[in-house]
Amino acid sequence: MDLQTTIYLFVGGSFALYIGIAIWARAGSTSDFYAAGGQVPPVMNGMATAADWMSAASFISMAGLIANMGYGGGLFLMGWTGGYVLLAMLLAPYLRKFGKFTVPQFIGDRFYSKSASTVAVVCLLTASLTYIIGQMTGVGVAFSRFLGVSSDTGIYVGQAIVFVYAVFGGMKGITYTQVAQYLVLISAYIIPAIFISLQLTGMPIPQLGLGSTMSGTDISLLARLDQVVTELGFGKYTTTTAGSTLNMFVYTMSLMIGTAGLPHVIMRFFTVPTVAAARSSAGWALVFIALLYTTAPAVAAMARYNLNATVTPGIKTNADLYLPASNLVYEERPDWMKRWEKTGLIKWQDKNADGRIQYYDDKSKNPEAKARAEAAGWKGNELTVNADIIVLANPEIALLPNWVIALVAAGGLAAALSTAAGLLMAISAAISHDLVKGVFMPNISEKQELLAGKISMAVAIVIAGYLGLNPPGFAAGTVALAFGIAASSLFPAIMMGIFSKKMNKEGAMAGMLAGLFVTLFYVFAHKGIFFIKGTEYLDLIGGANSFFGITPEAFGAVGALVNFIVAFLVDKVTKEPPAHIQAMVEAVRVPRGSKLVDGAH
Amino acid sequence: MDDSGKAYWSATLRLLGWIMAAWFAITFLGGIIFAPQLNSFHLGGYPLGFWIAQQGSIYAYIAMIFIYAKLMGNIDRRFDVHEK
Repeated sequence: MDLQTTIYLFVGGSFALYIGIAIWARAGSTSDFYAAGGQVPPVMNGMATAADWMSAASFISMAGLIANMGYGGGLFLMGWTGGYVLLAMLLAPYLRKFGKFTVPQFIGDRFYSKSASTVAVVCLLTASLTYIIGQMTGVGVAFSRFLGVSSDTGIYVGQAIVFVYAVFGGMKGITYTQVAQYLVLISAYIIPAIFISLQLTGMPIPQLGLGSTMSGTDISLLARLDQVVTELGFGKYTTTTAGSTLNMFVYTMSLMIGTAGLPHVIMRFFTVPTVAAARSSAGWALVFIALLYTTAPAVAAMARYNLNATVTPGIKTNADLYLPASNLVYEERPDWMKRWEKTGLIKWQDKNADGRIQYYDDKSKNPEAKARAEAAGWKGNELTVNADIIVLANPEIALLPNWVIALVAAGGLAAALSTAAGLLMAISAAISHDLVKGVFMPNISEKQELLAGKISMAVAIVIAGYLGLNPPGFAAGTVALAFGIAASSLFPAIMMGIFSKKMNKEGAMAGMLAGLFVTLFYVFAHKGIFFIKGTEYLDLIGGANSFFGITPEAFGAVGALVNFIVAFLVDKVTKEPPAHIQAMVEAVRVPRGSKLVDGAH
Repeated sequence: MDDSGKAYWSATLRLLGWIMAAWFAITFLGGIIFAPQLNSFHLGGYPLGFWIAQQGSIYAYIAMIFIYAKLMGNIDRRFDVHEK
């Protein structure tokens, strides 16, 4: 069977499975739609949370970015897993005890104000929409490859499928579907990694393979990779940090508190039966997430090695990489490069007109590499590879069997779809439940509320797809921006709502708005107002990364700090919350008396 | 809040403090600030600082959450506020 047919078969089969499950477990009531009736056991909930969590950013994009960044890419790994420690200890059990099913509901009740809840809705929508833009970028990459079309067309196809998919069922349908999606995506990630680890090191477990020696040599894989990339002028793989140590520090922090503040993840913990289960659910979720996250560094390093060894075959024979014979003749390039060239995500330009591919760092700070490139008559790097294709192309680069390539295709789509669906749930709950029913039209029926939710989903998909055509960055980078927004706005407000009895509505609202505003101001300066290209205003803030060299993706931690400080100051000069609110905070802190969630206000 | 309630909450905060200290140390000290120094030690083919940033910290986080859930359950029962 040829590759394309196999891909259709795997992708089609997995879709049929998800839709089948969604029909089998269709949501009835609003409570079912949003919170699965509060009956999902911790291990199952952990698996579904993992699927919800691991999006196109984790599956498709992250390892590619780590491959390019090396050691510094660890910030994604630590940031997106370490946040679960905060979530498990600081938020999940208390929100579960609180017993409502959306984040704005908690903010609105705890800060006894509909305005506070509306501010929370605004923060939630900004974070979730940004997140979906990242997903659409990833979906576009995936579909463009499988259908052999441009990445723009890929996004249009993706939009249509995400829409049908998300509008179909509610949380209950999604919870069981997501368990299936988790199984598909995790095997799609790990199976090729096992193959590649075996090829390169003879060790089947990728986590150990990355620390092993290369087959047939006595040099470790990482040491060899360091040699190869430094010889070609790139930064050393195992030590290059992301920008500066300070930037890596705040970036990691930002992703961690963003994880704990993302509404579609928090919502998951409303669906476990008890407070105790909310605590261990976070642990189970992390176990299932860690399977992918500990494999990712191996995928990254091995893909980096394989990509270099493919276009610079001299690496395999230990030859001088600057000899003409060490570089691949373009006409002899492997089939996978031809396939990916159609998507426009991999490009070659013969700068020195020798018909061979030179892939190196032409802006290297390494004088030796620079001199050697000049001596060899190289006129600049000739190959650009979009970081988002690394994972999807990885099994092709390693020349694995067709069914593995098809499985990765199905896995990438499962990852993107499951997260997009979870985010759309959070968006539709925020608009229909918190905004329309909660603020504007308290008397609408359950049916109308569901309809309002579905309309908001459709609008969100269209906006995200449009912005996804000109994304503010690679999928994982865009998603990191969403985390920064959640970190700077929602996390501090929720945390203070639980850990400070005296925090009042004025403080919380001022804090959320200040954190959101500061972060968006810095992000939009780099990425354009509402991510629209051409509206950047870098001059106004004094150039790129002008705040202590911190990148916009890393800025959320600074925004969160601003949020805490502003909330604290405003709280000091306004009056303290009423006694019944303080009593409610005390009740939330104690597990006993937890009930199932209900939708009523 | 009565005395037992206060004692329960301060026991909770103490536990959170310890685990957050471990969380901070492994991530920001081990994985980032002192990673260059730790890289002179090796774990198989892994430089140690690199290993913490890309592997070890994740295992540590899982352990932290389950330890927290276990100890928090003990505190709940000690103060008789657990769910029945």
